[in-house]
Amino acid sequence: MIVAERKPMEEILAMTEEFDRILVLGCKGCTTVCCAGGSREVEELATLIRMNRKQKGKTVDTLEASTELQCEPESVTPVLERLANQYDVVLSMACGAGVQTVVKVLPDLRVLPALNTNFIGVAEEHGVWTEVCLACGNCILGRTGGICPVTRCSKQLLNGPCGGSMNGKCEISKDVDCAWQLIIDRLKELGELELLEEVFPVKDWSAGWHGGPQKIVREDLKS
Amino acid sequence: MKSGSNLERVLESGQFAFTGECGPPKGTAPKAVQKKGELLKSCCDAVNVTDNQTAIVRMSSLAGCMLLKEIGVEPVLQMVVRDRNRLALQADILGAAALGIRNVLCLSGDHQKFGNHPTAKGVYDIDSIQFIQMVKTMRDEHKFINGEEISGDVPFLIGAAANPYADPFEFRVIRLAKKVSAGADFIQTQGIFDVPKFVEWMKMVRDRGLHEKTHILGGLIPIKSVGMARYMRNNVSGLSVPKELVDRMADAKDPKEEGVKICLETIEQLKEVEGVHGIHVMAVAWEDIVPRIAEEAGLMPRPVV
Amino acid sequence: MNNFEPLIAVFSCHYCSYAAADLAGSSRIQYPPNIRVIKVPCTGRVSSNHILRALECGADGVYVAGCLEGTCHFISGNFKAKQRVQHAKNLLSQIDLEPERVQMYFMSAAEGARFANVAKEMTETIRELGPSPLGRNKSE
Repeated sequence: MIVAERKPMEEILAMTEEFDRILVLGCKGCTTVCCAGGSREVEELATLIRMNRKQKGKTVDTLEASTELQCEPESVTPVLERLANQYDVVLSMACGAGVQTVVKVLPDLRVLPALNTNFIGVAEEHGVWTEVCLACGNCILGRTGGICPVTRCSKQLLNGPCGGSMNGKCEISKDVDCAWQLIIDRLKELGELELLEEVFPVKDWSAGWHGGPQKIVREDLKS
Repeated sequence: MKSGSNLERVLESGQFAFTGECGPPKGTAPKAVQKKGELLKSCCDAVNVTDNQTAIVRMSSLAGCMLLKEIGVEPVLQMVVRDRNRLALQADILGAAALGIRNVLCLSGDHQKFGNHPTAKGVYDIDSIQFIQMVKTMRDEHKFINGEEISGDVPFLIGAAANPYADPFEFRVIRLAKKVSAGADFIQTQGIFDVPKFVEWMKMVRDRGLHEKTHILGGLIPIKSVGMARYMRNNVSGLSVPKELVDRMADAKDPKEEGVKICLETIEQLKEVEGVHGIHVMAVAWEDIVPRIAEEAGLMPRPVV
Repeated sequence: MNNFEPLIAVFSCHYCSYAAADLAGSSRIQYPPNIRVIKVPCTGRVSSNHILRALECGADGVYVAGCLEGTCHFISGNFKAKQRVQHAKNLLSQIDLEPERVQMYFMSAAEGARFANVAKEMTETIRELGPSPLGRNKSE
């Protein structure tokens, strides 16, 4: 899923200061699963904004709502239409894709991001999320025992590990596993370690963002 | 001869090589490089110039190499893949070749998080092994990595780093084999403090016949204080400094003398290891000790081939 | 400050602290009238949003009273409550409200006296801190 985190309160309060009617819009997709922008977090943020305003002796009207998938205009439009004219700004608690979809649906209003979108990742355990995919457009998971070196190796080595790998940890931090140690261990288990004796060729980065902002068109699906 | 460099000639003649290292300044003064060069000139077959080492911005390695060349010292151009993509790497290789630089060391580079610009984007377009392969293709096939022809020669002796102490231990030799098959003509290892483990690693290297396909130079870092020993043991990833060494430095009456003694002992041990074709000294902030080490280790005068 | 009477919301679990409150009552142990008890089946039912809303609705202080660690009827509800109380404290700091206005306490059903003491202690703490900067007006 896409993993995001709420921006520091300071930043959110500063960006919403000038508005008196705020729609706090959560998403029932990824940001619910990573506990950053679901309906619970919407309630929390809206409450904190109201409490902060009260402290300053001012008032603010907050609306709390959530879309199914904020990255789908069909999920966004009905929610916004139902609440039309009751807010001056949308404070989105979805990922960057959600925020930009709301902008598309509502080109005349300000839409602000309450979250920082961090990565494509998984939950290691409840409350701990790690980055595992960089959407490079050229998946090599079949050759690395299912562990992605493009994302999980800090230097994106395809012929790792580097000389900084110690005790299975990456040189940048003891909290980061050395992806190549994981790959070697896994391939050893699978009896496929010889896969690593060949020099892995250079990567075609143009298959992903480095080739320009990506677009996929399916002619068979277009109306 | 692949490059015709002095280092290549010494290694190919079967003599024990001795290379040094020079870190460029965080500034623009040529003297900062050339002073170190003068110290190392008579006792080293070639001198490495580091490339934004530990991700701290310094004068570029290419410039440092030219400054050394100016005073008659043969340089080894260190290049990391952290800061340049394949376009810039190939361009710099062509430029270095045009300027008469003949040795290159292809490295990954310490992660930018460690350095003084931790918010910078790390490039890592290709890795160090792909880089070695790329330079070999440029040299032997006169081709860029995209297959296009290069006009003119690209005569480089290609080097790589190896760390006998990093994990996973059993895989290090496979990785070395990859570097050799990719085209590494010489290897400079990380600083050796734990000699028995290095000997163990060399045995695995010899079992694969790698010592006959590439020239391995054992790395040496002279220690001048117990603080330095401790720091390297605890803070530098990839270094293996045994506790006994730290204790030895702590108990020493004259730490610098002890440091020199340890170097000389290590050199004598390394001379005995089959497959070790030389020493690479990294005398960080202590370049002036290198001539003495070379002298007392019986490595002077340097061969003229 | 002396005539300020704090208003304190107490989330109290059926199995332990509410029983302790009953025991305090039947043992005629006096405790301050400043607390308003909200019974929950388990303190694990309490979310950090409940705590924030209690403050928004006019409480000067809030505490959650659950079972002694290891004795929660629902195994780990009190542990979750403790985490959520800490989360609420962090959130209060982020909007410049005193985190001390929110606390977590543990007690058994037999501890009538403890229930009373905690009520006294928290009332005094909040009296020191003063009225909530949010004012007493009930919000929606």
